[in-house]
Amino acid sequence: MTRFFSKIIVVLKPFYLGLMLFFMYAPIAVLIIFSFNDSRSRGTWEGFSFRWYEQLFNDPHTQSALRNTILLAIFSTIFATLIGTLAAIGIDRMKKRSRTVVMLISRVPVMMPDVITGISLMMLFQFVFRMLGFGGLGFGTMLLAHIVFNVPYVILSVTPKIRQLDPNLYEAALDLGSNPARAFFQVILPELWPGVITGAMLAFTMSVDDFMVSFFTTSPGVQNLSIRIFSMTRRGVDPSINALSTIIFVVVMIMLILINLRDKHLITKRGEDGNEN
Amino acid sequence: MKKALLTLALAATLIFTGCSNDAANTQTAASNEGTETAAVNHPPLHVANWGLFIYEPVLQMFEEEYGIRVIYTTYSTNEELHAMMVHQGAAFDVVTPSDYMVERMINEGLLVQINWDNIPNYRYIGDNFKNLAFDPQNLYSVPYKWGTFGIVYNTTKVDQVVDSWRILWDEQFAGEIFMYDSSRCTMGAVQRMLGFSMNSTSQDELDQVRNALIEQAPLVRAFLADQIIDNMIGGEGILATVYNGCARWIINYNPDHNFVVPQEGSQLWFNSMVIPATTQNQANAEKFINFMNRPDIALLNTLYTRYSTSNMGAFNLLPEDWQNDPIYWPADEILARGEVFVDLGAFREAFELAWTQVLLSQ
Amino acid sequence: MRRLFTYPYILWLAIFVIAPLLLVVFFAVTGTDTYGNTYFTLQNMGQFFEGIIDDQPFFQRIYVVITMRSLRLALQTAVICFILGYPLAYILASKGFRNKPFLIFLFIMPMWMNFLVRTYGWMSILERNGIMNNFLRLLNLPTIDIMFTDSAVLLGMVYNFLPFMVLPIYTSLTKMDKRIIEAAQDLGANPRNVFLRVVFPLSLPGVVSGITMVFMPAAATFIIPNLLGGGQFFLLGNLVEQQFMLAGNWHFGSAVAVVMIILMIVSTFILSRFDRQEEVSEGGMRL
Repeated sequence: MTRFFSKIIVVLKPFYLGLMLFFMYAPIAVLIIFSFNDSRSRGTWEGFSFRWYEQLFNDPHTQSALRNTILLAIFSTIFATLIGTLAAIGIDRMKKRSRTVVMLISRVPVMMPDVITGISLMMLFQFVFRMLGFGGLGFGTMLLAHIVFNVPYVILSVTPKIRQLDPNLYEAALDLGSNPARAFFQVILPELWPGVITGAMLAFTMSVDDFMVSFFTTSPGVQNLSIRIFSMTRRGVDPSINALSTIIFVVVMIMLILINLRDKHLITKRGEDGNEN
Repeated sequence: MKKALLTLALAATLIFTGCSNDAANTQTAASNEGTETAAVNHPPLHVANWGLFIYEPVLQMFEEEYGIRVIYTTYSTNEELHAMMVHQGAAFDVVTPSDYMVERMINEGLLVQINWDNIPNYRYIGDNFKNLAFDPQNLYSVPYKWGTFGIVYNTTKVDQVVDSWRILWDEQFAGEIFMYDSSRCTMGAVQRMLGFSMNSTSQDELDQVRNALIEQAPLVRAFLADQIIDNMIGGEGILATVYNGCARWIINYNPDHNFVVPQEGSQLWFNSMVIPATTQNQANAEKFINFMNRPDIALLNTLYTRYSTSNMGAFNLLPEDWQNDPIYWPADEILARGEVFVDLGAFREAFELAWTQVLLSQ
Repeated sequence: MRRLFTYPYILWLAIFVIAPLLLVVFFAVTGTDTYGNTYFTLQNMGQFFEGIIDDQPFFQRIYVVITMRSLRLALQTAVICFILGYPLAYILASKGFRNKPFLIFLFIMPMWMNFLVRTYGWMSILERNGIMNNFLRLLNLPTIDIMFTDSAVLLGMVYNFLPFMVLPIYTSLTKMDKRIIEAAQDLGANPRNVFLRVVFPLSLPGVVSGITMVFMPAAATFIIPNLLGGGQFFLLGNLVEQQFMLAGNWHFGSAVAVVMIILMIVSTFILSRFDRQEEVSEGGMRL
């Protein structure tokens, strides 16, 4: 009886996996196939063509949205990584009670629904910044908002590395005659590096993908790709959105494969050196 | 954003170590993108317009001719435009609201008076479109497009004569009806159906309109804006309420359709180009408006958008079948049945609340 | 050095995390009169709960209706994600797959694509004359008409949030101490009991964090319902968006936001209690 049952399960497992994979990839496959469709129709195939790619590359809005997305991702990653790493080090040296409080507040942007983060920052920029004469919404405010929601991710990925740090390391460096700055850059930072990199990558991904917060903190003329796609889906009749998704998919796939290949390479190398923790 | 936690989990499973390649990869993709039209000493011109309401290449033609860069934004309702200008602080130079919103913007002091010396092409504007009630002395607005609102339906699936808004309450079309996702358009149609003015500020009449729409709810497939075009072309529904320009799109791609303006009357809308007080360079904004009213440009625009032009210079250049097309250029009797929206003022809040109640009843 | 790092960051938190939330609360409990003066009022909050006590027709208590609809949809999403996601996580965590990292990679990969784009893909599939129905017609099967209905929205939500459910459960399953399972087996528990009494209780923290990661975002979303459900699909997120982006009523919009924050805190609290109870029973089991 149990044997019969377990046999069924053995068959069912791959079947279920396949079904779920199909579910995950169906809409993506549809987008990719129909990006080559020679018709405006979303549902019927009418021949192969590159016309939506052509249209996409001739569309100045999508180009500037792409540029904005990349600039936002790069700058928000740099700033969030800086702020987050330093903050994580600072938080670690606080007393336990204040550390708990600061960590809790740090996580607020992660816990809040995106809509709330979006509107609350919008009010800050519109209401307070205006009053102080900083000008209105635009690329600058969108960048600030991205940094705000990215910092917690950096902190969350750096903190575990700090905990692993030997508390005597820094003192040892000082005792050996190093100045604080040098001790930090040459002794502490290299130890934290993997966490910093993970945090930076998270921040980059978050920034590229964000819709909600950007939607509320930018002015209508400045779009990122998500906002651009949103306005395209609302307007309809534009399959160049399929072409755009296909390109995004290919870029993401190549990126992830590269990362994974590199990781595997590193892991095996480390294994050989016997350095693995 | 919760995705981050997920990614963290992923990082734990896949063990990310170092990678700086990703940023570089994407960046090369960006640098391959086209170059931008050079802007010579002029601040860029921020223009906001309805979706599908311009032939976008004319913007490039303007940029090339005047060396002024155009930043173009679209919106899908008057209310959205108003919110962009007032609540999101968007500093536009040229926007194109329609009638009642022009009136509201004038009353709220959001617009500047136009210097007519800079818009000689104003002479091409048809006299019918000048000095309308929302801007009686024509101080603020240059007419852009005009039209009406009605029902587009699939002739292969509707046997009866379509001449009343009431067909949208006919149960044989349950689940086949698309309604326009804009408070004044849809509620206005129902106001006319019940014999009220579209500018009524009576709470009692508003309640009746709301109740009629709540009663209709089970028959409606969805409330959509521009997406109605795609859905009707693809045969996703049988009846839809749309602007005449949208109807022209639908019929061109799917000739099984017809468009009527119901007997009870409908809205008659007039879109105008206006200059918001936030403009950084009024003269450039006026150059833009003047350019858009050059008959050849206005012609390109109307041919692409299929919305009726207010520019008689362009109208006279149109092919004859366009000039005689009752959808493109509605007949006088339809216009006679039309009503132009007026700003509701203090009644606006009650009106929008009723609209939310309608949407919720679905 | 500690102060050098800490104080600027605390200032940063004060400006960009605390101040914005205080602004939300401030706007929620104030109003602006025609002269632009601000005054204290509970009217915005009251407006939200209007009609909740007396037995009004639904359209007189629309905000409560919107809240209930959002919560119901979020709950349905979380439950379906759990039902679909737990077996998936369990299979992924079980032994016997050669290329496990690659499999997991396959499941996570779609997450890196913009969710708007993927939702748009579903639109093409679900339409009446969309790909799914064209395919069904080809096989002479009856067509499925769910575009612009609750089912379409639910499908889109489950699709988007499923990985958030799978990964925490997967993590808790793989991190589980295998010796406990072996011990249970050695003590004669049959597979069903091993799963129900040992594995499932131990994976509950993963389930709880999965539900947390699905429920609140699902209750607050406004894009997926808008695209797959049509303009009439009104949820809490849509209400906030409408108040801030269309009506320009920051006071009422903030009141809605405050309600959402309270809902979030309450649901997190309930779930975290659940989590803690499990820890206790887990401890008890170890004894």
